[in-house]
Amino acid sequence: MAISDINPAGFVRGPASDEIFEALPPSPRELMRRRARSHGGLIFGGGFVLLVVALAILTPWIAPYDPYNQDLSARLIDPIWGAKGSWAHLLGTDALGRDFLSRLMYGARVSLTISACASLISAIVGATLGIVGGYFGGRIDGFVSYLINVKLSLPPLLVSLSLVSVVGGSVTALIFIIGFLTWDRYAVVTRSVSMQLRNQEFIAAAQAVGASHTRILLTELLPNVMNQIIVIASLEMAVVILIESVLSFLGLGVQPPTPSWGLLVAEGRSFMFFKPYLIVIPGLTIFLMVIAINLAGDGLRDVLSPEGRN
Amino acid sequence: MLRFVLRRLQIALLVAITVSIVGFSLLRASGDIALVLAGENAKPEEVVRISHAYGLDKPLYMQYLDWGAKALSGDLGRSLFTNEPVTGLILDRLPVTIYVAVPALVISLLIAVPLGVLAATRPNTWIDRAALSFAVTGSALPSFWLALMLIYLFGVMLRWLPISGSDSWWHFVMPWITVAIGVIPLQMRLTRTGMLDVLSSDFIRTARAKGLSAASVMFKHALRNAILPVVSVAAVSLGFLLGNSLVVESVFALNGVGMLAYQSILRLDFPVVQSIIVFISFCYIFLTLMSDVINAKLDPRIGLR
Repeated sequence: MAISDINPAGFVRGPASDEIFEALPPSPRELMRRRARSHGGLIFGGGFVLLVVALAILTPWIAPYDPYNQDLSARLIDPIWGAKGSWAHLLGTDALGRDFLSRLMYGARVSLTISACASLISAIVGATLGIVGGYFGGRIDGFVSYLINVKLSLPPLLVSLSLVSVVGGSVTALIFIIGFLTWDRYAVVTRSVSMQLRNQEFIAAAQAVGASHTRILLTELLPNVMNQIIVIASLEMAVVILIESVLSFLGLGVQPPTPSWGLLVAEGRSFMFFKPYLIVIPGLTIFLMVIAINLAGDGLRDVLSPEGRN
Repeated sequence: MLRFVLRRLQIALLVAITVSIVGFSLLRASGDIALVLAGENAKPEEVVRISHAYGLDKPLYMQYLDWGAKALSGDLGRSLFTNEPVTGLILDRLPVTIYVAVPALVISLLIAVPLGVLAATRPNTWIDRAALSFAVTGSALPSFWLALMLIYLFGVMLRWLPISGSDSWWHFVMPWITVAIGVIPLQMRLTRTGMLDVLSSDFIRTARAKGLSAASVMFKHALRNAILPVVSVAAVSLGFLLGNSLVVESVFALNGVGMLAYQSILRLDFPVVQSIIVFISFCYIFLTLMSDVINAKLDPRIGLR
């Protein structure tokens, strides 16, 4: 029986089919799919992240109220489970009578946008430095590791707070500031991977046929570190959400009345002793989102590069 | 060994100089200091006079060298807000920050290191998984929120602990918990990775192969080597603690360096901010340098690399 005669759907039980299974080992892609399907963390974490992202995208259409609309006659209403909760405001209202659920949903848009864009910037900066340093080695690599050392020595929170106080807390400014302060992990990992790959035969082959450095970096090295970059990016998005929430909480991030999760905690702080839900809900949202992203990121690592565990 | 230390020192110095340049540029990027010093209603000639008196009309690299020379002699300039010397301001607040950081570091290491070692000796068992989920949970808690939740739980509902101020050591319990929970995940992961490295090394395989008991392999051979990652973990997390002291100090109203940094940022008092950034960076550079040297001392192979 020739291989071309085999109809995958027509397997019959018996010794013959076992032989066929051995003859056709699962492709790497299929293996990846199998690892993904049996990975609880990836499914739960990834599912939660996708749900929140979908809600954030749909917010303008599904949010019950305008997040900026103040109603001073409806201040500090309890959430639905509270004593004076009402169906009109599922998560209650804040001190200015703004619907808390709507503010939380719009806050998700702000926090997630900053997180995604800042991670993209830091991935580009970090991976470029790491790949270039790892591939060329020598002085260039010395310069890259010197930059990494400088970056690691600067206290990121203090530097970003003072930069925000200089340039202001617009969303764009936050994206760039956080992006340029979180690239070290990408650089460290891509650098060490590129160093190992540099001496591989396929790189030597590309050099032998006269490929330019740019071409080797982009078409030979980059695809081989892409999985690592994706994994780090997914984990760094959680870090960025935390940084953004601290900055906004301290009043040097997203500026009111624009809602962001950290800012909601700050706004609720003055009322925390008698309306604790105002800080519990946004804080819990940050916490759950970060856990979900971490689970999904760890899952992605197990699926994409299982050799990179530990 | 000596060559290693010298090379490491050279890198540390280079990084330190760069960091100080970054701090200096931040100060200059914050705006025209002469204008701030002269006040809002100052006449233009007044601004020129002040900018000359403070050397602000010199080229930037000259200003940096002036500033650097003074900083080396302990003069970090004066606060734009209180006009006090910055060095004194920082030294006054340092004890509170240390009183938060050091006990928190000890507590966190006492929890994280045994957990990390335990997780590494039993990889992929429930202990390992429990330790890792603990780390994931801990690292997902925003520290400012954790602090507020502790205040609500222990300060308001249970009324066990005072919620702000620094009058007695009771006031520091919640800050310690907050800070410790913030660094335990990092410390645990690093300890676990370091321990896994040790356990997979040749001398452990040899020890096992010659039939030593598991306990003997663990305590005589592995743990002694696992001290190396712990040294770097302690150094890195102390640097991290200092950099993030701002959050915990501002939530618990502790008058430390972090609080000073926060207040100075809010009132745009950049000489203070810049000095604190450079100071904390130098602490970090010094700590990592020390941990590398200690590790090279403990494991001579590192010095040969």
